[in-house]
Amino acid sequence: MAVAAIELKNITKRFGTKVVANKNVCLTAYKGEILSLLGENGSGKTTLMNMISGIYYPDEGQIFINGEEVVIRSPKDAFKYKIGMIHQHFKLIDVFSAAENIVLGLEEEGKYDIKTVTARVKAITEQYGFDLDPNKKIYEMSVSEKQTVEIIKVLYRGADILILDEPTAVLTPQETQKLFAVLRRMREDGKAIIIITHKLHEVLSLSDKVAVLRKGEYVGTVNTAETNESELTEMMVGKKIDLNINRSEPKDSVDRLEIKNLNCVSEEGIKTLDNVSFTVRSGEILGIAGIAGSGQRELLESIAGLQPIESGEIIYHNPKTGKTDELRGKSPIQIRELGVRLSFVPEDRLGMGLVGNMDIIDNMMLRSYRKGKSMFLERKKPKDLAERIIKDLEVVTPSAQTPVRKLSGGNVQKVLVGREIAAAPTVLMAAYPVRGLDINSSYAIYNLLNEQKENGVAVVFVGEDLDVLIELCDRILVISSGKVSGIVEGRGADKGEIGLMMTKVDGGAESGC
Amino acid sequence: MAVNEKHIKEPLFHITKRTDIPKLTAWGIRLIAVLAALIVSALVIVTITSYNPIEVYIKMFEGSFGSERKFFILLQNTAMLLCVSLAVTPAFKMKFWNLGAEGQVLVGGLSSAACMFYAKDSLPSWLLIIIMLVTSILSGVIWGVLPAVFKAIWRTNESLFTLMMNYVAMQLVSFFIMVWVPNGSSVMGVLNQRSECGWLPTIFGQKYALNIIIVAVLTVVMFVYLHFSKQGYEISVVGESENTARYVGINVKKVIIRTMVISGAICGLTGFLLVSGTNHTVSKELAGGMGFTAIMVSWLAKFEPSMMIFTSMFIVFLQKGAGEIATAFRLNESVSDILTGIIIFFIIGSEFFINYKINMRSKHKEAE
Repeated sequence: MAVAAIELKNITKRFGTKVVANKNVCLTAYKGEILSLLGENGSGKTTLMNMISGIYYPDEGQIFINGEEVVIRSPKDAFKYKIGMIHQHFKLIDVFSAAENIVLGLEEEGKYDIKTVTARVKAITEQYGFDLDPNKKIYEMSVSEKQTVEIIKVLYRGADILILDEPTAVLTPQETQKLFAVLRRMREDGKAIIIITHKLHEVLSLSDKVAVLRKGEYVGTVNTAETNESELTEMMVGKKIDLNINRSEPKDSVDRLEIKNLNCVSEEGIKTLDNVSFTVRSGEILGIAGIAGSGQRELLESIAGLQPIESGEIIYHNPKTGKTDELRGKSPIQIRELGVRLSFVPEDRLGMGLVGNMDIIDNMMLRSYRKGKSMFLERKKPKDLAERIIKDLEVVTPSAQTPVRKLSGGNVQKVLVGREIAAAPTVLMAAYPVRGLDINSSYAIYNLLNEQKENGVAVVFVGEDLDVLIELCDRILVISSGKVSGIVEGRGADKGEIGLMMTKVDGGAESGC
Repeated sequence: MAVNEKHIKEPLFHITKRTDIPKLTAWGIRLIAVLAALIVSALVIVTITSYNPIEVYIKMFEGSFGSERKFFILLQNTAMLLCVSLAVTPAFKMKFWNLGAEGQVLVGGLSSAACMFYAKDSLPSWLLIIIMLVTSILSGVIWGVLPAVFKAIWRTNESLFTLMMNYVAMQLVSFFIMVWVPNGSSVMGVLNQRSECGWLPTIFGQKYALNIIIVAVLTVVMFVYLHFSKQGYEISVVGESENTARYVGINVKKVIIRTMVISGAICGLTGFLLVSGTNHTVSKELAGGMGFTAIMVSWLAKFEPSMMIFTSMFIVFLQKGAGEIATAFRLNESVSDILTGIIIFFIIGSEFFINYKINMRSKHKEAE
């Protein structure tokens, strides 16, 4: 192969004095090739790509495009060198159509003519096999369509080097397959494609080469054909790890929480939960699968007493008294006063579950600070709890007095899950508890959930990785646009089937986010 | 992208965020900022007045430390400013932008003055003082809690609401002065001059000693309240994230209203101290902008009551110094305002360099 489309030499980027996001990273991508950039969260993948696309400026090192050294100071420079990045979070204007979003910000000569734009967009979609109506408004689009707009946006600008930052995180299995087909066609067209991901099976099915980063350092590049999952994991983590989740059979399982015909309406008047009914049983893990924003958050929050409910019932079977309690319309405090031990690990860890600027001890108190009649705080017990969690869950922190926002994602999550488990719950709800966590931390969290299940806790687990849901959960409830589209047994569940259920229901009009 | 374009230019500098900075470096940066401010101020002094800047600075220092009396005035003014700052701090910690401290102080002072005006010397002084204290605090509370209730229930914007309440308070003061003072004078004389009824007593032979002691005690109480009480903890949680507060079952509305009761009460107390302990009269300028200066005091101290002792004293020191040089060198008041402005600009500006680092272009670029 001739000259590399893009070559990075010894790129180093530091944040502050202590954090080295990238250290001496070398990377080469050729035309007509798909390169996967693999690494755990926090290994510096996105930082590296941001330097190519002009968002950050490297402290050291060189970048070559087609063999020429270049300096990329801004996204405009990147565009000049035909580099296009598709970010994880879309940057689109809701009330504009696809075509309008695509030309937005382009300084083209001549008169603005939406017809020629539309024609060009159409040509691109046909060339690569996209499925997109250029006149559709963004707010009417599904997540996958929005992503398509972002990709066409960079192609329209003539990008030859495409960078995709975790493009599959928001897609269903079917949409992912479609995206991969498009990417393969682009490869045939001679584009250089870099795809950031941490899903190993995607890496293996799509890319030609894999470059691995670990803790900001470049580990190496291998040919996809000559490697396998366990070798890649070892490169990513630095040691061999067991990727199995132990799933025990539920024991003495009884009904713990019954949800009947639950309906919720958002502040804007949009129906977020539509006649949802299911039962959560003790000693089992109930998984909830669905596209992001299908009502998972509203569901958990309405059970926790944080979301106003239109109609429906939430019935708790108290194992101590044997009685049943209605939780609907009760505040978190009232629920607690009923003797319901409900723990909730919300999706937004630092915005809801914890206070980022407070230290670990003060965060431990969040649930318990009211205890006692004194008007002053009692910090002794929270301190003991904080130290116990740090020790038992192996939280990496300078001390219990460190503000939690300074901890890494995995450690933040351990602090939060640790606190919620410490309350000895009978129901434990966790929303995306492993989002953004590295492999080791993820498995630590799975083990904690399994432990709770074995102790007879009714666990509700909202997840996004279908492989994990199938491996971990006893039953999986699939939710689509606020409706339950079915409940499947975790053992022997089929990923494709769940994927279809995630998008079905009345033509699947999606609630965008 | 010419092929022979060999000359590659790195940008002159780029800015990165600091993740953590040693305390010593941070204070070093602040010190450099103060020195830079003094140098710039010196240049300004020389160009527009041609006085020797060193002499000017010495005079400035004398404004606060020139005599025992000046020193006590420094302490008294610091105490009053600190008191207002203590009032706004719990609200600010809760991210409730109380810009109405000025008005809350004013209505507090007005209430005290009204008590003195109507009671004259018909009551024993101690009883009158208690009545004044209670009415001042109550009126401060009303001024503070009104925007809080609207914010808690209807989510109105508290900054605008509190700000507008200032003007209502000012007009009320003007109105009552017109009613109280005969023959149309807009200045109200000292109340109960002869009987000194309703005047805070002089202790240790110092007129303002009681004021200073009250504020000192209040500082300690506020420190303990914010750091060690359950209510203080709730304020921090609500301020950091209302979602977290809801999640753990804190009644956010109640906390907002309760905190503004405290904020308004302390403002009312300041009004009382100003009337009963200091001026013994009321005017529209009673608060003298302290309600706004207090915001700066509180921010500079990062809402930490113990640090606010220093920031409030520093600001008062600058004000006194500016006043002193204005009289000593017969300068326009504006010149001293310019100097104060320059110094504060540099101090606030230094925060940028504490949070961000500027990386200059490296001189030795590796040859390819």
